[in-house]
Amino acid sequence: MSTLTGTRHLVRLILRRDRVLLPLWVLVLAVLPVSYAKSFFALFSTAAERAAYASGTARNPSIVALLGPVYGESVGALTAQRGGFLLVIVALASLLTVIRHTRTEEEAGRRELLGGTVLGRHAGLTAALLVTYAADLLLGLVTAVGLLGTGLPAAGSLAYGLGTALVGVVFATVGGLAAQLTETAGGARGIGIAVLGAAFGLRLVGDTARNDWPSWLSPLGWAPRLRAYEGERWWVLALPLAVTVLLAAAAYRISVRRDLGAGLLPPRLGPATAGPALSGPFGLAWRLHRGQLLWWSVGFGLLGLILGGAAEAAGKSVEGNPQLEQIMARLGGASGLAEAYLGATLSLAGLAAAGYGIQAALRMRAEETGGLAEPVLATGVHRTGWLLSHLLFALLGPVLVLAVTGFTTGLTYGLSVRNVPGELPRLVGAGLAQVPAAWVLAGFAVLLYGLLPRLASMAWAVLAVCVLLGQLGAVLELSQWLLDLSPFTHTPQVLRDQWPATPLWALSALALLLAAAGLTAFRRRDLPTT
Amino acid sequence: METPIEVSGLVKTFGRTRALDGLDLSVRAGEVHGFLGPNGSGKSTTIRVLLGLLRADAGAVRLLGGDPWRDAVALHRRLAYVPGDVTLWPNLSGGEVIDLLGRMRGGLDPKRRAELLESFELDPRKKGRAYSKGNRQKVGLVAALASDVELLILDEPTSGLDPLMEGVFQQWVGRAKADGRTVLLSSHILAEVEALCDRVTIIRNGRTVETGTLGELRHLHRTSIDAELTGPLDGLATLPGVHDLRVDGNRVRFDVDTVALDAALRRLTEIGVRSLVSQPPTLEELFLRHYETTDEVVA
Repeated sequence: MSTLTGTRHLVRLILRRDRVLLPLWVLVLAVLPVSYAKSFFALFSTAAERAAYASGTARNPSIVALLGPVYGESVGALTAQRGGFLLVIVALASLLTVIRHTRTEEEAGRRELLGGTVLGRHAGLTAALLVTYAADLLLGLVTAVGLLGTGLPAAGSLAYGLGTALVGVVFATVGGLAAQLTETAGGARGIGIAVLGAAFGLRLVGDTARNDWPSWLSPLGWAPRLRAYEGERWWVLALPLAVTVLLAAAAYRISVRRDLGAGLLPPRLGPATAGPALSGPFGLAWRLHRGQLLWWSVGFGLLGLILGGAAEAAGKSVEGNPQLEQIMARLGGASGLAEAYLGATLSLAGLAAAGYGIQAALRMRAEETGGLAEPVLATGVHRTGWLLSHLLFALLGPVLVLAVTGFTTGLTYGLSVRNVPGELPRLVGAGLAQVPAAWVLAGFAVLLYGLLPRLASMAWAVLAVCVLLGQLGAVLELSQWLLDLSPFTHTPQVLRDQWPATPLWALSALALLLAAAGLTAFRRRDLPTT
Repeated sequence: METPIEVSGLVKTFGRTRALDGLDLSVRAGEVHGFLGPNGSGKSTTIRVLLGLLRADAGAVRLLGGDPWRDAVALHRRLAYVPGDVTLWPNLSGGEVIDLLGRMRGGLDPKRRAELLESFELDPRKKGRAYSKGNRQKVGLVAALASDVELLILDEPTSGLDPLMEGVFQQWVGRAKADGRTVLLSSHILAEVEALCDRVTIIRNGRTVETGTLGELRHLHRTSIDAELTGPLDGLATLPGVHDLRVDGNRVRFDVDTVALDAALRRLTEIGVRSLVSQPPTLEELFLRHYETTDEVVA
């Protein structure tokens, strides 16, 4: 197999380069489900308590939309559902790992350096896939053993572990295919994340609808449908395996046909002279950010259309369940439930918008380490102006993304309840209420960039902590001071409550303060700091 | 007229590494100044201090009469910089980058831009990611040479250029000099330095070891002697300034420091000389001597 020559060396290279990151995400993602199981055992010692939780929380449509369906009232079943959001994170980690070791390498030219040595045509792709598959399987195995250790049945633990691992395997292969399509790692990541978003959207729609066929089209829907701990359906494992084989075959087929460095789509020529807009740092920043901004807005706009359309159905789905109806009546009836659902989805959009803000702020770090900041700052461009040009996108990007999400959510929800003029502005407002918290994270990224540039990517870890606090805080019964660390805890529920302006002003002021401190530090430090 | 670049006792440390250790550099107005040194000797660090990207830890640095850190923006409008490894934004065309950098410096000469594109044979419509290393370098050079600036700071600007383009580059630097611009040229290409530079500064381990015209530098170095003697060879090895003495019957070959040349020749004529060939140091030897003895200081 000459096309695979050197795979072994590349595997070792990847393991060497990822010796910290890879074990970290494998371990964290494997330990979390175990901690869920432990806390369920501790919280609900009787079947009656579990039944109350299942009907009151686990079957709540907004929880189902976020985490997936629950198939029983055993601790195992509750744990399997609780781990539903982890599937998205496993998928994302696998996807990004493969792209990082394939297209990123090729784009940077490091692959060429190795290509000169004895290396088969498929060695790069194969090594990246092998390492990620192995990491996913290890993750599944550690999870299964950990769950078994908490006293859960063996078969269910294995099913849950394998289901999770195969989500990772499918999306690792999606990454491998995306890396063949575009010339840039950014483009490949965009394709991969779009596929993941579509998979999440399908699963969400299927799980909240009366008929769940859309979930069967989504790799994220298969893992719960293994029904771990509730009469395992092992044949479901065949679905991710078959899709993996198909995707991998496509990736290898393209990899054979294309040149090193090239994508499937040929590059186009650009203009010979710069247009009048491209004459300073802001014009440059617009060119660098506009593509991402467009795709984020389109993606979230589409997600808003789906979520807004599903909200009313989610509100109605409790009909016929007297216990739930009773709980919902306290929340304000079916409309109250729909609003809780809309509120939850918009707060997720807020976290994602914070992701955009962080990404836009960290673009500066990429420019700096890529040698692109230096030639600009060696011209008449002031450091402040350069930083502000990127900060503008880190701050206005989340506003745009959230306004679009609120708009499309309000549009389809308004149509379904026949009140577009009333719902549209209300939901745009609710979307925008998430902006200040997203700004705080973007501001924190700027602070890190200015003060501790080598640690700038820790801003992503802060976002991950906010996601975990938001998603798990209630389940793990974390103390309030811990929850208060996340800016999103302070975002008011504007759909239910009045508009309390104070927390929004306070968060905005904090964000500006962080960004200003970052700017001050940036003006004083050496460039580039590598 | 002010001295465009005046650096003395410059120190820059990164953590425990002392990248610049009391470096001196003086570039006179209107000259092309060669800036030489082995890899990692601190050339790029010096240039980054001059550009106000790095802050000096100690020493005095004057650039075009200003402070490169405090007056960075005002000074940058009067200079153009080409890094040794030009990177481009993948989604911007070469022409867009040239115009963008030119405008951010305060404008470029469209006629000269067109001439430069033609003589460097550069297609400005390609996207940044599509250029080869040499062509990326050309984008940086065209952007810098088309700008109306007083000072060009070029950090190994011709890495990746083919010999033909190297020639084009030399022509354009010559033209810049004729227009009265000052050039600081960091380079490893000896022919380029010999053809272009009025004066050179050689640095090693962050410190200046030589500075002057090429003629002056040659003078400071060893001459190779190859002689056939009539008498027995003695007393030569013990003379100060004699190196690498090799004896082959009546024939001796050795290198001698320029300052010790007189004494060595006198000794030879005392013994009796049948034939004698002397060679001044080549530029290459001159550089190699500085480049290869890095270890002794590092330890």
